[in-house]
Amino acid sequence: MANPIDIAAQATPPTIARKVRGLSDRAIAWIFVAPTIFLLLAINIFPLIWTIRLSFTNYAANKPNAEVKWVGLRNYERILTDEDIWSHMTTTAHFLIWTIFFQVLIGFTLAWLINRKFKGNDLLTTLIVLPMMLSPAVVGNFWTFLYQPQIGVVNYVVEFFTGIPAASFSMLGPGGLAPWSIVIVDTWMWTPFVMLICLAGLRSIPDYIYEAAEVDRASKWRQFWTITVPMVLPFLMLAVLFRGIENFKMFDMVNLLTGGGPGSETLLTSIDLKREAFEKWRTGYSSAYAIILFVTVFGLASIYVKALNKVKER
Amino acid sequence: MSRKTLVATAALGLVWAAQANAQANELTLCWAAWDPANALVELSKDFEAQSGTKMNFEFVPWPNFADRMLNELNSGGQLCDLMIGDSQWIGGAAENGWYLKLNDFFDAEGISMDAFVPATVTGYSEWPKNTPNYWSLPAFGDVVGWTYRKDWFERPEIQAAFKEKTGRDLTPPATMAELKEVAEFFQGRDIDGKTVYGASIYTERGSEGITMGAMDVLYSFGFKYDNPDKPYEMEGFVNSEGSVAGLEFYKSLYDCCVAPGTSNTYMGEGIDAYKSGQVALQMNFAFTWPGFEVDPNVGGGKTGYLVNPAGPGGERFAQLGGQGISVVANTDNMDGALAYIKWFAQQDVQQKWWSMGGFSCLRAVVEDPAFATSQPYAQTFLDSMAIVKDFWAEPSYASLLQASQARFHDYVVAGNGTAKEALDGLIADWTEVFEDEGKL
Repeated sequence: MANPIDIAAQATPPTIARKVRGLSDRAIAWIFVAPTIFLLLAINIFPLIWTIRLSFTNYAANKPNAEVKWVGLRNYERILTDEDIWSHMTTTAHFLIWTIFFQVLIGFTLAWLINRKFKGNDLLTTLIVLPMMLSPAVVGNFWTFLYQPQIGVVNYVVEFFTGIPAASFSMLGPGGLAPWSIVIVDTWMWTPFVMLICLAGLRSIPDYIYEAAEVDRASKWRQFWTITVPMVLPFLMLAVLFRGIENFKMFDMVNLLTGGGPGSETLLTSIDLKREAFEKWRTGYSSAYAIILFVTVFGLASIYVKALNKVKER
Repeated sequence: MSRKTLVATAALGLVWAAQANAQANELTLCWAAWDPANALVELSKDFEAQSGTKMNFEFVPWPNFADRMLNELNSGGQLCDLMIGDSQWIGGAAENGWYLKLNDFFDAEGISMDAFVPATVTGYSEWPKNTPNYWSLPAFGDVVGWTYRKDWFERPEIQAAFKEKTGRDLTPPATMAELKEVAEFFQGRDIDGKTVYGASIYTERGSEGITMGAMDVLYSFGFKYDNPDKPYEMEGFVNSEGSVAGLEFYKSLYDCCVAPGTSNTYMGEGIDAYKSGQVALQMNFAFTWPGFEVDPNVGGGKTGYLVNPAGPGGERFAQLGGQGISVVANTDNMDGALAYIKWFAQQDVQQKWWSMGGFSCLRAVVEDPAFATSQPYAQTFLDSMAIVKDFWAEPSYASLLQASQARFHDYVVAGNGTAKEALDGLIADWTEVFEDEGKL
């Protein structure tokens, strides 16, 4: 039987074959890679460079005929000295830190519990991961109803357990609960994702390591801290990286739940940036804003990835 | 060229020509997705029948309407031939060349702006304001007013309870103080075995809700956007004593008298709260009123309509809503779009528009002696339209609006700072916007 590669080679038109035959392996590699590089340049690199350029101007996209002035570092200066923006940064940091904390804690615990053989394991896993399969827009909308003080189930559950009247407080309204309410929703939605990654980590630990530990009479507690945690840690760190990047740019769900309110208590930087760019049309200013956020997330992610690599090398 | 190629090219040409012809006989009208838009679809069938032009409609829900349509206009998109855009867009639309200037067309067709309610011409059509430069035809008059549960107000036991509590008769509130008193009376009251609340007011954070609501109250307390003699001078006008008192009043109304969980509500939520019998009073735009009249729960005489109550000094103003209809400057069917506006400006069309639930701005319609009694809310609408004020219609209105949204929500709903601080902050924000615009 003829080799499929030979068949394919014979099927290649002689003119193309002649042309390719004259090229080096490196040149052929470039031909294959070129379209991807071109797309990457067109879709990612060019817009980035263009955004950097715009960030030094007063350009407004809704005034195409207006004179575009070079303003130097003025946009950056205004953003970095704006107390409101620092307040939005703090709000974003609060959201980021607490969502990651709860997702890691609950996600790892769930993974650890589910990484055992019991009846209904597969069904339970499927049920747990359901929230992350939903659209953030859907999640935002139905949690708005769940949080509604008069008809929402959340307030009634609180009333049942604490005796605090359901209609006396609002999870998304004034009173300081709104920043925690958005943390709860994001945790509900994305904990399964962290759980799945942790589960992959737990299942990658060979049984013989635990068996060796048993032989050495290591306690379950010691096995957990000296085997389970170190071996799952790279996976956990990867989950933190993914969730960190995702939540840094969180927009849809929070926008639907609170619109940034009450006041600006849940106004994340991504929501603020969208308003600056596409409602106020301060394109130059918002370009600088976007670059600052990009540098922040890129810088933090780079440091984090180095730490992750060190953990993996251990 | 072979015969087959020739035939194929001719066929393609025919298809292209047919498509181009079809486009020339089609118009797309863009507006918000709400009840009046549905009425306009029905009304436009007459235009289709008369002109042979097929009407398409692109309606976007209110919370996303400005975002979606301003993006469309800004990007030079050709989705819309006709735009019924919000009144505050007019400055930007005129200065950025999004709308066609209609002066020449109005002159040629004998359409006079004197034939329309003056407030709607200023609010929806003129830029710069108070100059005879027209960018739209007033299409839908709207204004913030109040509805109240007339049936509850008429119940003897409720009247007695109110008299006992306040020492006066329960009447539709004529002043802001009375409005709050009535709202406080109904707050948490048991009516027909159900807990009801005082009032539904605008508190929405994301688009324009809380600004429309707060401004509706602030005007009657003496708020002015700037010095009438020195444009853009805001100190002492935006944060005048009256303005501070007005904002404090709005917060007190929010604190005392709204239903739980209404920290982010606008028109739709107000309608729901009122129709479901949750509130005694409701702040909302007049466009909602025809819907209440036919509602099984609050229609049939159960609802009363109120002009915005007067402030402490007796001044009485109301927040303007509504829109004008404009021709999008880069439409490829300019003649068709202008023909639609010409058709829409006719008195019989405007009369039908009113009968279908559209709030006509044509004086011949609203000044007709039969108008005031044609609907239970007609007189209230007329009275309200006579006292309107509008938010900035500057090209930078979106920035100005976002600033007021943040400041008002932060004070009224989140309870941060004082009214004076909120208004001082607002002046700082607006000053920055006008400086960027080169107007200060």
